[in-house]
Amino acid sequence: MHAVIAEDISKSYDGIQALRGVTFRVKKGEVFGLLGPNGAGKTTLTAILTTLLKADSGYAEVAGFSVEEKLKVRERIGVVFQEPALDTKLTARENLEFHAMLYGMPKKEREEKIEKGLELVGLRNWADTLVEKFSGGMKRRLEMARAFIHRPEVLFLDEPTLGLDVQTRRNIWKYIRKLRDEGVTVFMTTHYIEEAEKLCDTVAIMDRGKIVKIGRVEDLKRGLGEDTIYVEFFGKVMEEELNTLRELDGVKEVLASDTTVMILTSNGDRIIPQLFSVLSEGRVKAVRMKTPDLEDVFVRLTGRRIAD
Amino acid sequence: MNMTNATRDLMAIYVMWLREMKRLVRAKSRFLSSLVMPLMFLAFLGSGFREVNFFGTSYISFLTPGIAGMAVIFSSTFAGLSVLWDREFGFLKEIAVAPVRNVAVVCGRIAGSATTSILQAMAILVLAIPLGFSTKPQGVLLSIPFIVLMAVTFTGMGLFFAAIIKDFHGFGLVMNFVIFPLFFLSGAIFPVSNLPSFLVPLAYFNPLFYGVDGLRGVLTGRGATNPIIDLSALVVFSIVTVFAGAKMFDRL
Repeated sequence: MHAVIAEDISKSYDGIQALRGVTFRVKKGEVFGLLGPNGAGKTTLTAILTTLLKADSGYAEVAGFSVEEKLKVRERIGVVFQEPALDTKLTARENLEFHAMLYGMPKKEREEKIEKGLELVGLRNWADTLVEKFSGGMKRRLEMARAFIHRPEVLFLDEPTLGLDVQTRRNIWKYIRKLRDEGVTVFMTTHYIEEAEKLCDTVAIMDRGKIVKIGRVEDLKRGLGEDTIYVEFFGKVMEEELNTLRELDGVKEVLASDTTVMILTSNGDRIIPQLFSVLSEGRVKAVRMKTPDLEDVFVRLTGRRIAD
Repeated sequence: MNMTNATRDLMAIYVMWLREMKRLVRAKSRFLSSLVMPLMFLAFLGSGFREVNFFGTSYISFLTPGIAGMAVIFSSTFAGLSVLWDREFGFLKEIAVAPVRNVAVVCGRIAGSATTSILQAMAILVLAIPLGFSTKPQGVLLSIPFIVLMAVTFTGMGLFFAAIIKDFHGFGLVMNFVIFPLFFLSGAIFPVSNLPSFLVPLAYFNPLFYGVDGLRGVLTGRGATNPIIDLSALVVFSIVTVFAGAKMFDRL
C-alpha cells in the first residue's frame, strides 16, 4: 500500500516550469526524503500534495484520496511548513488547542494529546507562554507537536531542520523516528545530505523540477559502485603488488602513486580484509576507505553539488 | 474525523471567534485606545457645534450614532485587513491546510469582529451620556442588529481589500480612498442632504449611510429613512461583501 502516489505532475508559474513530470510513490510507514538544492521544486511539490496548490497536469493521491478531495486529504495529513505558521499572540497550549479543535478532536482526547505532544517536544514548562517569546527552535518543536497531535496518516515536513542549531536538529530527528516507529508515514524535503542519509528510508533526488533518481539510501550509494580504498605502503609500491590487487574480486581500478595505492571498488568492506592475506606481511602501513555519500550521487547525476 | 460538514463548519467559526476574543482580552489597551479617537470626535465636535440643530434634536444626539458607526467601520475594516498580518506571520497557512472550508473561516473572523464592534459601540453610547446624549434601553437593544450588520459588511470589505492590496503598504490607500470617503458620505457628522446635490445619490450606495441612519432611527427616533429600509439595505450589503470577501480569501 502507498501513502502518497504522484503521477507525472507538472506545474509552472510566472513562466517558470517548477515541476516537469514528477512521478513517485511513498510506501506506508516509511520516511521518504525529497533531496535537492534550493529551487529544485521541493516546496512546490509539497504544496501540491498538501492541497494548497493545484497541479497543471498529472495525478496525485495522498492517504488514499485524490488531492482534488481537499478536505478528505487535509484531515489525514499533518504539515510543518518551512516558515513558522503559528499564532504568536497565543500561548503554545492555545495554538495546539485551536488546531485540535479545527481537526474535530473531542475535548477529552484533545487534553490528553496536547499534554503528550508538549511532553514529547519538551515544551511542557512553556505551555502557557505566548509563542512570540519563543526561540526559532522552540517554535519548530511546537509546530512538530501540532502537526501530529491529530494523528495524521501522513506527515509533511518541508525542510524541518532548516536554520536550526545542532541540538534542536537532533531532537527533531528523534521525534521523526519516533513517529515512524508509531506507523506514521513521513514525507520530508531537505537539502541536507546528512539528514537524508540518517533519517530517510527512501530518498528521491530532485533537480530542476524532476526526480533524477529514487531508491533506498544504501542502494543509491551502492549503485554508484565506488568505494575508494587508500592503502599506504612501507616503501615504494611494486608492480607485482599492483597486479595482485587488480585480480581481487570486485576491484575496478587500481592506481598507484609512489607509496600509496588507490583502489576503486564496489565492495570496499570485503576488499580490506583480503589486502592482508594477498600482500606480504609488513607492507601495509595504513588503510583508509571513503564510501560515497548522497552528495556524490547527486554530483554524478547532475554534475553539480547540492549545496551550490 | 467523523464530524459532519456542518458541525465542522460551526467548530471552525467558533475557533476563529474564540481566537479573536483571546487576542482582544490580551490587548485591552489596544481596545481602549481604539475608543480614543471616536471620543475626541464626540467631545470636540459635540461641544464645538452644540448650537447646530439637525433633524430637530441636539447636535450630540445627532452625532453620537454617527460616531458609533464610525467606530464600527474603522474597527471592522481593520479586522478584515488584519488577515494580512496572519499571512505575514504564517498563521494563514495553518488555516489553509486545516480540514475546514474557507467560508467558515471567514464567518468566524466576522463573528469575532462583530463582537468587538458591539463592545466598542456600546462603550461609545455609554460614554456619550455624560456629554449630553440620551436614549432609551430598547433603543440600545435595537441598535445591535445594525451594529452587527455593519460589522459583517465592513469586515467582508476589509477581507476583500486585503486580497487586493496584498501588503501593509496599501493600508493608507484603503484609509484615504475607501474608509474616509464612506465616512464623509454617510451622514455621520452632518445630514447627507446638506451635501452638493450631485453627491447625494452616492450616499445611497454607501452601507455606512444605512448603518448610521438606522442607528439614529432606533436610538433617537430621528432618522432620515425608515429603520426597516436601513436594515434591509444592510442585509443586502452584508451578503454581497461576505461573498466577495470569501471569494477573494482564496487569493490570499
